[in-house]
Amino acid sequence: MAPFLVVFLLVFIAPVAYSIYLSLFREQMVGGNAFVGFENYVALFVDPQFWEGLGRVTLFLLVQVPVMLGLALVAALAIDSARLHASGFFRIVIFLPYAVPAVVAVLMWGFIYGDNFGLAANINDWLGSTVLTPFAREWILVSIGNIVTWEFVGYNMLIFYSALRVIPTDLYEAAELDGAGPMRVITGIKLPALRGAIVIATIFSIIGSFQLFNEPNILRTLAPNIITTYFTPNMYAYNLSFAGQQYNASATVAIVMGVLTAVIAYVVQLRGSRKEEL
Amino acid sequence: MSNARSAVRRTLSVVAAAALIGTLAACSSGDDGGSAGSGSASDLDAALEKGGELTYWSWTPSAEAQVAAFEEAYPNVDVELVNAGTNTEEYTKLQNAIKAGSGAPDVVQIEYYAIPQFALSESLVDLSAYGLGDLEDQFSASTWGAVNVDGKLVGLPQDSGPMALFYNASVFDQYGIAVPTTWDEYVQAAKDLNAADPTKFITADTGDAGFTTSMIWQAGGRPFGIDGTDITVDLADEGTQKWTGVWNELVEGKLLSTTPGWTDEWYQGLGDGSIATLVTGAWMPGVLESSVPDAAGDWRVAPMPTYDGTPVTAENGGGGQSVTTQSENPALAAAFLRWLNSDPASIEVFLASGGFPATTADLENPDFVNLESEYFGGQKINEVLTQASKDVSTGWSYLPYQVYANSIFGDTVGQSYANNADLNDGLAAWQDQLVQYGNDQGFTVGE
Repeated sequence: MAPFLVVFLLVFIAPVAYSIYLSLFREQMVGGNAFVGFENYVALFVDPQFWEGLGRVTLFLLVQVPVMLGLALVAALAIDSARLHASGFFRIVIFLPYAVPAVVAVLMWGFIYGDNFGLAANINDWLGSTVLTPFAREWILVSIGNIVTWEFVGYNMLIFYSALRVIPTDLYEAAELDGAGPMRVITGIKLPALRGAIVIATIFSIIGSFQLFNEPNILRTLAPNIITTYFTPNMYAYNLSFAGQQYNASATVAIVMGVLTAVIAYVVQLRGSRKEEL
Repeated sequence: MSNARSAVRRTLSVVAAAALIGTLAACSSGDDGGSAGSGSASDLDAALEKGGELTYWSWTPSAEAQVAAFEEAYPNVDVELVNAGTNTEEYTKLQNAIKAGSGAPDVVQIEYYAIPQFALSESLVDLSAYGLGDLEDQFSASTWGAVNVDGKLVGLPQDSGPMALFYNASVFDQYGIAVPTTWDEYVQAAKDLNAADPTKFITADTGDAGFTTSMIWQAGGRPFGIDGTDITVDLADEGTQKWTGVWNELVEGKLLSTTPGWTDEWYQGLGDGSIATLVTGAWMPGVLESSVPDAAGDWRVAPMPTYDGTPVTAENGGGGQSVTTQSENPALAAAFLRWLNSDPASIEVFLASGGFPATTADLENPDFVNLESEYFGGQKINEVLTQASKDVSTGWSYLPYQVYANSIFGDTVGQSYANNADLNDGLAAWQDQLVQYGNDQGFTVGE
């Protein structure tokens, strides 16, 4: 237990404690450091930039996560069904994007999205219109959602697929004897068995959405005015700290987002397990 | 994007060698040549003789060759060159090292706009204590002004970026457009070009803090006033409005290419004529030559357009090197810096790498001035560029938190660009945030 405790204290408790400590102070370029109590928290709760970023990732969460998990579920069920030929091939192909480093993936999509010289431009030329504008204000969140979905569908599919593989085969045999069709097997056996996996995947996705950073931060070079420095809470914390030297405000954002994510993940878990008891 | 400018100019392979840890370990342990800011010119020669170890952070392409030449001339000194990232990336690391109290290099490259920020936190050594103030005559007035903050000499200039108009002559010829000498003519050229071919734009500008501040500088605006910790921010002064009066026509008239600067698309636009001009610093020729080789022969340089015909320019980009107060051997560091930015052997290496000098001797050297640039169709571009360095308007200052200010430019002024709306509104939003940030940081900021 001792080695674990040491590592746990060092890499988990210490950074959190330090962040809380930082969030209670205010260090200025002129005038030095001073204890300010909860002033940073009060300031954050009336900070429109923070709320804008939080609102954006919440919207992202509500739209992108169901789409991604829905696609992952369909893919997992298709691969698990005995009817798909070369299911191993599809499994690896759908999973492959997850193996591409996020930074590389976003750069690649950046080239595809380019509406001056990228693939989007070529398609626009071919159509003779300007219908594709992935970097426009109204499309940017969809463009980012598309990248994130592409990256993580395979990962979530594997979570679902592995849950499907542990279903005892005698259940299927019994269903067959009772004359249940494939759809009945899915709704009666597979989906209930997947409930735990869906809860886990949802929690991962909620955490991922609230921590959205890589994709917008890299696309920012290509859409500098559309993606602001406070586009997501994590980008806001990063820029407060590394561009603005407002380490205290940055720590406050980190603590608030951490607590918020933990609460929401906990609620989802509670709801998920309650359903299981029914 | 303003920061990207000098990035590309100085190193085209943007390699972020995040060697912070290596630097920490390699911090020099040589004997003190005197504590920060005390010493004399003779101390420098003694320090070079005695030798020691130094760490130097830089992303300039000439740094490696310069360090090699230095070590050959002074074999007792061992300089470890670290590329700690390009501009803001390096500043972040430097800022963190300063905050941590250790890990900063002895000598560090800092662009002019960022110097006040580091000078204010007493992180840079006042080099006048080592007699380096005597070098004033060697440097152009505007660059010397940029390394003097609050009466302290906090660095030595390395390069400069007096602005000029770079234009694609083949595009101008094709559409019969004359080279503009005033901003009114420039706007007219923008309209004519875009009317003749809607895919071609006079220039690309999606909002760049470095460009905007330089344009305000040229127009006579002095939005940032610094007196110790008392600051004024006035982004609606006469000069600023002079600039927005011109540039609003381009922004609101959708006459600017929306390709963000320093992206692949931008280089393509510079090559294929869809971005017809650039108003930028004198370091641009090196970038064009190396990054837009296909357009060789197309580009020319002309003086920066003016408002009333009187030649006047501003600096755009450029920077120098400073000695940090964390240096354990500031005398040796100052001696290296003196060599780096004033010794002919070092400047020769710098010029060979395509840099534009800050030293007046080189700016007046006939070999340099009369050099015919093959890329520019044989034009003697340095005639235009060295004249520009003499026409730089004086009295400009940056904020002591300009690095941060530039980072939020897109959030504020960038919105005017994105919406093709009045730049004055965006500048007002920028000003509000700069005032608030300054006051939060303990400055007394007035408007």
